[in-house]
Amino acid sequence: MHEKGWKTRLFGLVNNSLLLIIGLATIFPIYYTVILSFTDPVEYYQRSLILWPRVWTLDAYKHLLSNGLFVTSISVSVFLATVGTLLSLLVTGGLAYAVSRKRLRFRKAMMVMVLITFLFTPGLVPLYLVVRNVGLIDSIWSLILPSLTSAWYVLLMKGFFDSIPESLEEAAMIDGSNDIGVFWRIILPLSLPALVAFGLFFAVGYWNTYFNALMFINDQKMWPLQVLLQNMLVDPTTMGSGSGGGFAFQVNRPVPTETLKMAAVVIATVPIMLVYPFLQKHFAKGAMVGSVKE
Amino acid sequence: MKAQETVRSAKGNRRPPIPLKSKTKWGRIWSDVARDKYLYVLALPGLIFFIIFKYIPITNLVIAFQEYSPYFGVFGSPWVGFEHFTRFFSNHDFWMLLRNTLAISFLSLIFFFPAPIILSLMLNEVRSSIYKRTIQSLVYIPHFLSWVLIYGLTYLMFSQSEGLFNKWLISMDWQTVDILSNPNYFWGMLTAQSIWKEIGWGTIIFLAAIAGVDPQLYEASVMDGAGRMRRMWHITLPAMRNVILILLILRLGTILDTGFEQIYLMMNAPVTNVAEVFDTYVYRVGIRQGEFSYSTAIGLFKSIVGVIMVVTANRLARRYGQESLY
Repeated sequence: MHEKGWKTRLFGLVNNSLLLIIGLATIFPIYYTVILSFTDPVEYYQRSLILWPRVWTLDAYKHLLSNGLFVTSISVSVFLATVGTLLSLLVTGGLAYAVSRKRLRFRKAMMVMVLITFLFTPGLVPLYLVVRNVGLIDSIWSLILPSLTSAWYVLLMKGFFDSIPESLEEAAMIDGSNDIGVFWRIILPLSLPALVAFGLFFAVGYWNTYFNALMFINDQKMWPLQVLLQNMLVDPTTMGSGSGGGFAFQVNRPVPTETLKMAAVVIATVPIMLVYPFLQKHFAKGAMVGSVKE
Repeated sequence: MKAQETVRSAKGNRRPPIPLKSKTKWGRIWSDVARDKYLYVLALPGLIFFIIFKYIPITNLVIAFQEYSPYFGVFGSPWVGFEHFTRFFSNHDFWMLLRNTLAISFLSLIFFFPAPIILSLMLNEVRSSIYKRTIQSLVYIPHFLSWVLIYGLTYLMFSQSEGLFNKWLISMDWQTVDILSNPNYFWGMLTAQSIWKEIGWGTIIFLAAIAGVDPQLYEASVMDGAGRMRRMWHITLPAMRNVILILLILRLGTILDTGFEQIYLMMNAPVTNVAEVFDTYVYRVGIRQGEFSYSTAIGLFKSIVGVIMVVTANRLARRYGQESLY
């Protein structure tokens, strides 16, 4: 492509500027949230438009992190993102590995059983009744067990295990390992990069847990961060049906609620931004997950 | 067992020769199952998961035809036939839910669906690869943010009292606009949010399709004097055609699915009439108000429509010679 006419230049310029606007429109709300969360309360009330604070302060963060409920909700979310992710990897990996072994009897039947759940989802209430009958309401396990895996994750991971040559497995079998030993000592270490990729997507999913908590958790002390955040964001005066009525900060607070809200949003975003560079590495798989789930 | 394994490893063959001791079909199956017992152990937790959280809920659907009471349980509650369905279809709410769901879905089909296609075409025209990668890194971010966070950002930008947009209007001495609780803006706001969240992520699959184009095609077209637009139209877009069609068909299959979290979070009293969709209604009536049977009937209706749509969409995909879903 060697044309250098003014038309081409203009096209490039317009195209690049539009992309710049799109990029800025993406990042600006996040930027604005971050700087507001660091803005001094006095300044927040005095100036109307703040794009760069004159005085920086950590007050909002100190306030939030001294709030018991807030800290509890962070630990709930951290628990979900760690324990939940490990369990998801084990359950998905075990099933996917088993059905990827061609010698296994009934593997077709098991795959059909998994794939049918793609096609037909019975809706909220039947699932709610199961969770309730199992006695998981208001238990942290209600946020892990019903979302351990999905047909799509099993399918993706099976695709990955399919590509592992069976000769490896045979070598280990000669050494006297059984299938679980092979899975644990050979297959899993060998698939570490893929496991990290899947793990990151599971972890983001658990960190973002909101709807399940809305359905299954009534007790404030068990709220994950997203639910607490939502209750903080909703104006307390317009808050309906008492979903978060008990949440309040110390009365004589010097920090405006808006700044607190923004600090909470930032705290909930930070882990995502920390793993984002690693997520980006594994986009190819993730894009497939996303495109079919939409 | 021991002998069998030696035979297998000696020959390097996965399927061992059928041992003489089990001549019947079931005998063979049994010995295979016994051989692979540890694989079944590995699969077991996953299978139990699917049974408990995917299949038992399906059996719970029978309560759509009952007057379910927790005391009598799923199979002991009195049967009422199609009462809940007739009640729902004759209810004014049904038409409101259908209208809102379809409106939100079609807006998303018209504006949200083409957005990543356009963005990937634009990215494809960028010469500097550093610039291209920087923009990509930025636009992918929102995909990973939860709807609660996006609700928070939206509030911060557009709320009437605290939003940046209205603060800017005030600083210009203009009237503030109530964007978040105005029924006229609600559907547009949802569509804009969805685009903001997923436009970047959506480009990945299209950019992959574009990357598969043979560069010689472009060179040849330049020789023939084709400009950028013509190359885009005659080479890049046709290369994306298959992906676009498949995604479009998939999208049609889920026409009644609207994002619960997004709508539930954005909903407030003044906009309820345009915001309530099947999913939020089922949640509110079923789980909040405890009308389990009635809301299960609504969920069942939605699921059946969903299956019909997916199967029809798949037929369409086959007819157009595309890869089908299953």
